[in-house]
Amino acid sequence: MSWTDLQTSLRSEGYVASDDLAVALQLALSLGRPLLLEGAAGVGKTEVARTLAAARDTRLIRLQCYEGLDAAQALYEWNYQRQLLTIRAAAEGGETGKTVEARIFSREFLLERPLLAAITQEVPPVLLIDEIDRADEEFEAFLLELLAEYQVTIPELGTIHATSRPIVILTSNGTRDLSDALRRRCLYTYVEYPDRATELAILKARCRDVEDRLAAQVVGFVQKLREEDLEKVPGVAEMLDFAAALMGLGIADLTADPAVLQATLTTLLKTQSDQAQITPEVAARIAGRAA
Amino acid sequence: MSRATRFAGRDPGPAARVAGFIAHLRDNGLRLGAGEAALSLCALAALEAVRPDDCRRALRAVCTGCKDEAARFDALFDSYWLDAGRVKQKVVPSARAAGAEGVHSSRDGTGQDLGAAGAATAPDAGEGEADSDGTGKLIATEQRNLARRDLRDLVRPEEIAEAEAIARRLGAALRDCRSRRRIAARRGAGLDFRRTIRQSLATGGEPLRLKRKRRPDRARKIVALCDVSGSMSVYSKVFLAFLAGLMRADAATDAYLFHTRLVRITEALRDRDAMRAVGRMSLMADGFGGGSNIGPSLQRFAETYARRFVDGRSVVLILSDGYDTSPPEILGAALARLRKRGCRIVWLNPLKGWRDYAPVAEGMAAALPHLDHFAAANTLADLAALERELGAL
Repeated sequence: MSWTDLQTSLRSEGYVASDDLAVALQLALSLGRPLLLEGAAGVGKTEVARTLAAARDTRLIRLQCYEGLDAAQALYEWNYQRQLLTIRAAAEGGETGKTVEARIFSREFLLERPLLAAITQEVPPVLLIDEIDRADEEFEAFLLELLAEYQVTIPELGTIHATSRPIVILTSNGTRDLSDALRRRCLYTYVEYPDRATELAILKARCRDVEDRLAAQVVGFVQKLREEDLEKVPGVAEMLDFAAALMGLGIADLTADPAVLQATLTTLLKTQSDQAQITPEVAARIAGRAA
Repeated sequence: MSRATRFAGRDPGPAARVAGFIAHLRDNGLRLGAGEAALSLCALAALEAVRPDDCRRALRAVCTGCKDEAARFDALFDSYWLDAGRVKQKVVPSARAAGAEGVHSSRDGTGQDLGAAGAATAPDAGEGEADSDGTGKLIATEQRNLARRDLRDLVRPEEIAEAEAIARRLGAALRDCRSRRRIAARRGAGLDFRRTIRQSLATGGEPLRLKRKRRPDRARKIVALCDVSGSMSVYSKVFLAFLAGLMRADAATDAYLFHTRLVRITEALRDRDAMRAVGRMSLMADGFGGGSNIGPSLQRFAETYARRFVDGRSVVLILSDGYDTSPPEILGAALARLRKRGCRIVWLNPLKGWRDYAPVAEGMAAALPHLDHFAAANTLADLAALERELGAL
C-alpha cells in the first residue's frame, strides 16, 4: 500500500490528511516506528489515530496522559478487592499459602491498563498516547523502555511478551519539551492548521449535507478568525461545531443575521477576553470579508 | 529537473549520499547519528520514493524532531539535493574526531548556518532595524556586527562552575509539594494497596501492617529571562554565568535573552561544553548591548513561549534593571498576563543593590504590583543569598 492509498482510505473514513501526514503515517506503519504528532490544540491529532484504527479495522487503545500518571494506571494493577476476598475464602477452605499465592497473582486477577492491553492483543491495535507532554518525564522514560522492548515484567507474574506490535501514535501540545531520546525513537510530524481548501474538504467530509455556500463562508470565517490576535485559536473541531450550530439553527447565510452569528460564536471563542475582543462589529466585518 | 544536484562521478552511491545528507544536517545543528541514516534509507525503500517531494516528506518525518527543525528542514533539503545542478564534490565528509561534543571547537561559534536563525552574520535579514546611525543598510549592519561582543570574553569557566553550584542550591530551595503521584513511605495519607496485600499473605490474608504512600516533593521549574541591553552590560557577565549554571544544574530550566527582541537560548545552553554554550549564546544575542524593549519582549514571551512552558509550577526569574524604552503600560499588561498562568514572578534588579535606590523608572513602577518578589542582585554572592527568600515563596 502506498501513502496515497492510505490517504484515500483515511478520507473515506472522513479524515482529510495532508500529504506530509500521510507519508509519515505510512512510514510509521511500514517501519514499525512510533509517530509523534505535534501541533496546536484542535488540528486533528487525536482524530488521526481514531480514523486510522477505523480504516484498518482494528482496535483503538487510548492512554490519556496527565501529570502524575504512573505505571499502575498506564500498565497494570492487581484487583485488590478480589484478591482480599479470595484470600479470606481460601483461609476458611483451608488452602495452603502457596496455592493461594499462585492463584491471586495470576492473569485472572490482573487488571490490564492501556499499555499492557495494547501489547497483548491478537491483532495489532492502534495505541494512542495522547498529550504525552502532560505526563512526567519519568513516565516518558518508562514509556521509551516499553516501546523499545515490547515486553512488560510483572514481579509476581514474570515477563509478558508482546503478542503483537501496536501502531503507536503519540500526540503533544508542546506544554513542555519532550526528551531527545523520545524524539529520536519516533518519526515526527508537525500538524499545521489546514489551509482553506483542506478545511473545506474536512467540513464536506464531516457534514455531508452542508450547503456549498455556507461551507465556504464558515471556513472563510474561521480562517480569518485565526488571523486575529486570540488567546485560544479555534481549531478544526471548533469549526465543525460552528458549522453544526449554524445548520442546526437553519441558517443558510452567515452575513444574514449578526445577532445569531454572535450567539453561535460561543462554539469558536472559548475565553472571556476572546469573546470581548470579537464584538458584533468585528464579527460582521470578518464575515463580510470571508463571504 | 535541472535543479537536482549533480554528484561527482566517483561518488559511491545512494547510501553514501544519504549518509552525506545526514552529515549535512548534523553540521547544521540537528542531532542525528548513524541510526537515523539507516532509518532514512529504510524509509526511502519502504516508501519506494521516486519523486523529490516524497523523499522530502519521508526524510522530514525521520530526521526532524521538533517544530523548529521541521521548519528549517526544507531549506536544508534543497541546499543538499536540489542545488541548482551544481556538482557536489564530496559526498562523504572526511572523518572528524569522534565525540566532537566534548571537544571545545570554535566551529559552531562562527558557522553562519548555526541553529539560531544565523542572523548575526547574514548581511540583511530584511527587517532593517539596525540600531546605529549608518546611512546605508549594509554599513549599519556591519557596525552592529563589530559592536557585537563575544560573551566568551566575559565569562570564565570557573564562574560557570560557581554559578552552577549556586543555581543548584536555588533550585533545591524552590520545592513544591503538589505532586499527584504517590510513592511508598513510612507515613503518609494514602494506603499502598499493592504492598499491603502482598504483606498480608504472610498473616493469612489479614492486613496487619498497613503500608502507606505519600506525595513526594516536586521541584519547581525555573524560567529565566535575562536583559542584555546596554544599560545591563556591566552585570551581564554575572547573569549569563548564572543562566549557564542554572541550565546545567537542572535540565528542565528554560532560559531567554532579550534586548530589543526576545531569543530562546535553552537549546544553546544545553550544550555539554559550557564555553561553547556561551559561544552559541553570544551568537544569538545579536544586538547585545543595544537598547532595551522590556515591555514588548515580555509581552511576546507571555503570548508565545509562556503558553507552552510556563505553568503553575514555574518560577519566572526576570533579570533586568527595568529601564525600558517602550511605554510602561505594555510591561504591566505583559506581566499581568504572565501572572494569569499561575506562575511566581521574581524580578532581580542589579540597581536595587545601590543605596537610596527607589524603583522610579516608570517600567519598574508598572511592574511592581505584579511581582511576587523583588530583590537586588549584582554579584553571584547576592544570588546565593536569595536562597532563603525564594524557598519561602
